[in-house]
Amino acid sequence: MFEQILNNANQKWNELNSSSNIWIRIGYGASGQAAGADDVFNEFNKLANNNKNISVSFVGSMGLSYAEPLVDFTYANGLRIFYNNVDKEKAKLIYDSHVNNNQINNDLVFGQIVTNNSQPISGVPQIDKEKPLSLTKRIATENCGNISPTDINQYIANGGYEALNRALNDLDPEKTLNMVKDSGLRGRGGAAFSTGVKWSFLANNSSDKKYVLVNCEEGDPGAFNDKGILENDPHMLLEGLILCGYATGSSNGHIFIRDGHEIPIENSRKAIQQAYDLNLLGNNILGTGFNFDVEVSLTGDSYVAGEETALMEAIEGKRSMPRFKPPFPAVSGLWGKPSNINNVKTLSYVPFIVKNGSESYKNIGSETSSGTAIVCLSGHIKRPGMYEIEMGMTINDLLLNIGGGSSTDKEIKLLQTGGPLGGVLGSSEFDVKIDFDDMAKAGAILGSGGIIVGDESTDVVDLVRNLVAFNQFESCGKCFPCRLGNTHMLDILNRICNSRPNDNDMEVIKKIGNSMKTGSLCGHGQLGYNPISSAVKYFKDEFDNALNANHPIDDKQIDTMILPTRTRP
Amino acid sequence: MKKHPTKEDILEAIENQPKISKITVLSCLLAVNSKYHYIPKIAVEEIANYTGKTTNDVWGVASFYTNFRFTPPGKATLDVCWGPSCHLQGSQDLLKNVHDLLGIDHEGETADGKITLRYSTCLGACSQGPVFAIDHKLYGKANIKKIEKEISEI
Repeated sequence: MFEQILNNANQKWNELNSSSNIWIRIGYGASGQAAGADDVFNEFNKLANNNKNISVSFVGSMGLSYAEPLVDFTYANGLRIFYNNVDKEKAKLIYDSHVNNNQINNDLVFGQIVTNNSQPISGVPQIDKEKPLSLTKRIATENCGNISPTDINQYIANGGYEALNRALNDLDPEKTLNMVKDSGLRGRGGAAFSTGVKWSFLANNSSDKKYVLVNCEEGDPGAFNDKGILENDPHMLLEGLILCGYATGSSNGHIFIRDGHEIPIENSRKAIQQAYDLNLLGNNILGTGFNFDVEVSLTGDSYVAGEETALMEAIEGKRSMPRFKPPFPAVSGLWGKPSNINNVKTLSYVPFIVKNGSESYKNIGSETSSGTAIVCLSGHIKRPGMYEIEMGMTINDLLLNIGGGSSTDKEIKLLQTGGPLGGVLGSSEFDVKIDFDDMAKAGAILGSGGIIVGDESTDVVDLVRNLVAFNQFESCGKCFPCRLGNTHMLDILNRICNSRPNDNDMEVIKKIGNSMKTGSLCGHGQLGYNPISSAVKYFKDEFDNALNANHPIDDKQIDTMILPTRTRP
Repeated sequence: MKKHPTKEDILEAIENQPKISKITVLSCLLAVNSKYHYIPKIAVEEIANYTGKTTNDVWGVASFYTNFRFTPPGKATLDVCWGPSCHLQGSQDLLKNVHDLLGIDHEGETADGKITLRYSTCLGACSQGPVFAIDHKLYGKANIKKIEKEISEI
């Protein structure tokens, strides 16, 4: 049954590759859209109007945000020529070179990728063999930039749903689960718990109805890899989710996304519909008797909705406030039924593991953190973007060889990692390896993989104030130590930033932080002191300077940040 | 002046929401919001009726999620990100300039009702920061000139 689907997909893929002489593909996603990819797409469509030899389409993003809009001229023989930072004017020039003069535009070319034994063109860099791409290790993001995210046949023709077919036909749920357990895969949502062990809690529950939930709330500023996977290759996540459902004996999956993020929402919905159409979802999947349904669940704006029990409250249509634990979700979760929650990235590794075996995944990465990290670089960095790298790479390597170093004339001074509840990391720790345990030892959380880079001009105290302001704004309000603690800490930081400190400010902040840690239900309050304590650890002198300054001014003159005044009554 | 949605309009929005296994208060609120860009009072009542909850329940949910508002917004909504990544790239200065440009010093509507300004915690395109969005469409490498240009086309 799958064979027929595969043959059909291969045939369509071959037709796509050979039906036109040139296939112009424009990388798309939140970053591509922000860079102006829509205008470029429209321009190429206009230029190629009525030309049967040219087809124009969007494709997932390769993650090279600094080069976007990134345009890929794919030839029928497999040669791909790339142009970076394309705008309407450049589009005209490039089109003219390729279509009217049949040659590369050497002034504007970014590079080439050679596939299917096509011959490389001399003098044009092979971007997959040079930094930064040569240093990446693409597993979950393997297809990103190579296939259309809205065409299931392109995914299948590139090895997609092979793992699902294998699991359903050759492995029982227990074997599938053990493969994930043995691979050493750990959750990418922040807690880094063993995914296989987590799944087994649900698998061992014999309830007739069980849910598997995908968390794509991703409110962390600086992290855009969950939405990134859904924007670029939603079927990778969907296949991982179906495998999770199979391994844990669940009947229903939910993909949980914040409303307003149109591209990941639309792509997920399309992917689900296409999977139903090919009987990769629904009843009696591929004739094996396994039933599984998936739907997209939307939430409103609430950062705490990303907490696993708050997420279930939101799907149930309530205020997304965390629940007491126990009972844990594997016992009583969504609608009171046993549930499992995984991050998008975590599930997107599963097809690789089931297809290639647990050893092939375990062999990648470091001793205790197998596999890859999907990191998002932003801030003062030359090559911002989304990169999948092997665990164990040092921060220095990431910043210099992948990120290309500082984007300004000043050195890099700090990183802000793991979201606003994560930490601030000073440059003395840049020789630390990127894996769960080494990062935690250094006082930073790898978490969701967001890495915000700050150069020497960064005012650390002001940055911390911004992080605390974020946490204050996003506190759901259920636990008063979090609700009031963040507000109080922000007040103090506002005074400090205005050279109006009190002698015991840092002691008070520490006391508040400790109360938040012990008196809050979820990580939002428990980790609220993290951004301050980690920043003080590396930049004590800057805090001391701010705390020793004393320019008494009127309360009314305190310059607070421009912040939303909306609240959660 | 645009007509406020009627009871029938609200019901239509609720019933035409994307198919899900269980319709909830939140899914109805999101459906109304995506069509009318605010939650009229009548919608709170209709959603309560439709889902068998009280209006208090519905207000409770609607007032929790910060994307909901209860009065009609301006013709277009401008979101400017103030999250840490954009913050490091100068979003506070940008916001001050936006205030000057729009003649307001807070979130909300301009005097002519054309623009609703919101400060966004993260728009999800951090690698192109600072970021702004007009009716959810994203723009990167923001500066005041770019915002001015996009606004002038509304």
